[in-house]
Amino acid sequence: MNARIEESATAEGYNFAYLDEQTKRMIRRALLKAVAVPGYQVPFASREMPLPYGWGTGGLQVTSAIIGRNDTLKVIDQGSDETTNAVNIRRFFARTAGIATTTRTAEASIVQTRHRIPETPLTEAQILVYQVPMPEPLFRLEPRVTECRKLHALADYGLINVKYYEDIVQHGSIATTYDYPVLVNDRYLTSPSPIPKFDNPKMHMNPALQLFGAGRERRIYAIPPYTKVKSLDFEDHPFSIQHWDHECALCGSHESFLDEMIVDDAGARMFVCSDSDYCQERRAAQEGA
Amino acid sequence: MYVAVKGGERAIERSWDLLAVNRRGDEAFPELSVDQIREQLRLAVARVMTEGSVYDEELAALAIKQAAGDLVEAIFLLRAYRTTLPRFGYTVPLDTQAMQVERRISAAFKDIPGGQMLGGTYDYTQRLLDFSLLAEGGLRACNTDAKLASASKQEPKQEAMPRVLALLDKEGLIEQEKMHDDAPEPGDLSREPLMFPVERPVRLQNLARADEGFLLAVGYATQRGYANSHPFAGEIRHGEVAVELEIEELGFAVEIGDIEITECQMINQFAGSSKVPPTFTQGYGLAFGHSERKAMAMALVDRALRAQELGETVAAPTQDPEFVLYHSDNVEASGFVQHLKLPHYVDFQSELELLRRLRAGMEKEAQHEQQVPHVQQEPSEENAA
Repeated sequence: MNARIEESATAEGYNFAYLDEQTKRMIRRALLKAVAVPGYQVPFASREMPLPYGWGTGGLQVTSAIIGRNDTLKVIDQGSDETTNAVNIRRFFARTAGIATTTRTAEASIVQTRHRIPETPLTEAQILVYQVPMPEPLFRLEPRVTECRKLHALADYGLINVKYYEDIVQHGSIATTYDYPVLVNDRYLTSPSPIPKFDNPKMHMNPALQLFGAGRERRIYAIPPYTKVKSLDFEDHPFSIQHWDHECALCGSHESFLDEMIVDDAGARMFVCSDSDYCQERRAAQEGA
Repeated sequence: MYVAVKGGERAIERSWDLLAVNRRGDEAFPELSVDQIREQLRLAVARVMTEGSVYDEELAALAIKQAAGDLVEAIFLLRAYRTTLPRFGYTVPLDTQAMQVERRISAAFKDIPGGQMLGGTYDYTQRLLDFSLLAEGGLRACNTDAKLASASKQEPKQEAMPRVLALLDKEGLIEQEKMHDDAPEPGDLSREPLMFPVERPVRLQNLARADEGFLLAVGYATQRGYANSHPFAGEIRHGEVAVELEIEELGFAVEIGDIEITECQMINQFAGSSKVPPTFTQGYGLAFGHSERKAMAMALVDRALRAQELGETVAAPTQDPEFVLYHSDNVEASGFVQHLKLPHYVDFQSELELLRRLRAGMEKEAQHEQQVPHVQQEPSEENAA
């Protein structure tokens, strides 16, 4: 699905990729700072977008600021290109920037995502843009932004260690399964956005540039290529990811993150890859073989 | 057989079509025009302009029509449009003392220079449904005097009315709100992120575009003891003021139009200190159009948020700038609350997996305990005694 739309088809009366060049410059400055200080949340003058806050306005602004005419964009939500919000955002850029879009991870130069990192490994030539609802990894423990900024300045992350210790005492393990905080470059505690902790290891030493945009909260942060990213844990309770007793019912993968579907009134379950492109590629390869 | 969910694109397009049909309603009735909304739903238009941060009655009316009367959605439409507009510059501060007043009241003094002016207000209507409006007649039995008064609006009239608070100022009874010569330029909330600590100009910008319902609730809470601010409605005025823009090439300000606004100045108590004699303090509210509820609630909240600068104890959430200012914007709040409609399959699946694992763990433990029952602790003799 490589639909290049004629340039004349870009939305009339709007700049390339919607935002005006001044705004893009402001966002690029924030991005540069974010790359220079990995994991640090840079405040930026987020704009109202023609999409509601909380629906990807941060990711939208980051993509708008970095996208060029030769880019190929992939947009996923929950790992899938076909969920309505992903469709909506992909159409938005096809319409306002007239760029090529794709559903194939390997073909994309920019992947905008909500809640997943693609299963297919990314390359140095790619940029992953995350939509972030709450950029502050400590917000459930300390809702005050001013306090959290102090804690980050002092690298004082005792709060979260205590929380995880209490989890272990109460439940036998850390009870965070998504938006599982990471320490970036041994310095800043950072929210990976609400990806499942299953995806956390993919952030570590990733060859692709990872950019995070939180529109409503007006923050941008970044993980540059080949940066150390460590999920919080304890020596005697090491970090671990989710595992399923099932395999993907469509492609048979044992390695991917599985979505659970309820397929009949009796509550029968079916497990399928959440990454629709990964699943599709595997099935195509199996059919070809 | 499960088929991967596809066709989001077509579903979205069909959804747009349905929305248009639903918005239009029964075609047996004539379509609502933007002019009708602008002229006959003027209070809705005022709210959309205020919280949408654009003074444009026509666009606000259009937004209301497009949103089928959902004002928060209309406000969002206007904001999303506003953000694409270029900036020509900043206007000269409005001189509200020079307002062509249509209504002006003070609850602090019985009589004031310029007089109390009731104007058109719902305040003393008796809230009985007026069934004659069902008949869609013209202006019912309304006094020709009122029509005349309304018509005479166009004519230049009355002299400027001095502000009530200026009278108190002469006695030194109210805190001075004069700008220092070296005061820094006020920040611009629509161009810079909200950062703390936040100065009053930016706080007021936030409150001006804040959701009326939110301000109303927070302002109401200040009256019920969550912040102690003893308010008096010093003055509420509504009318037209001139907007002036400094033109660089000309070197002077040029009037570019008139806008209708509502201004509220609350007078509040302040104990003073050993060094400063007690004076009244102020809370300030300003809104586009005729929006008294909004302007008054804003003034209450503004005053509550001044707790820290006035050396008061910050004890209530109404006095906490972070709590109030981060949650006041309905475009942000509506978006984030409603984003819960978006798929969260992946997060939910992660939680399911954890819950099942924890429960399996507990079950295993329980089975283990059944097999190896704990030795019941015998009550010791001391306890028994």
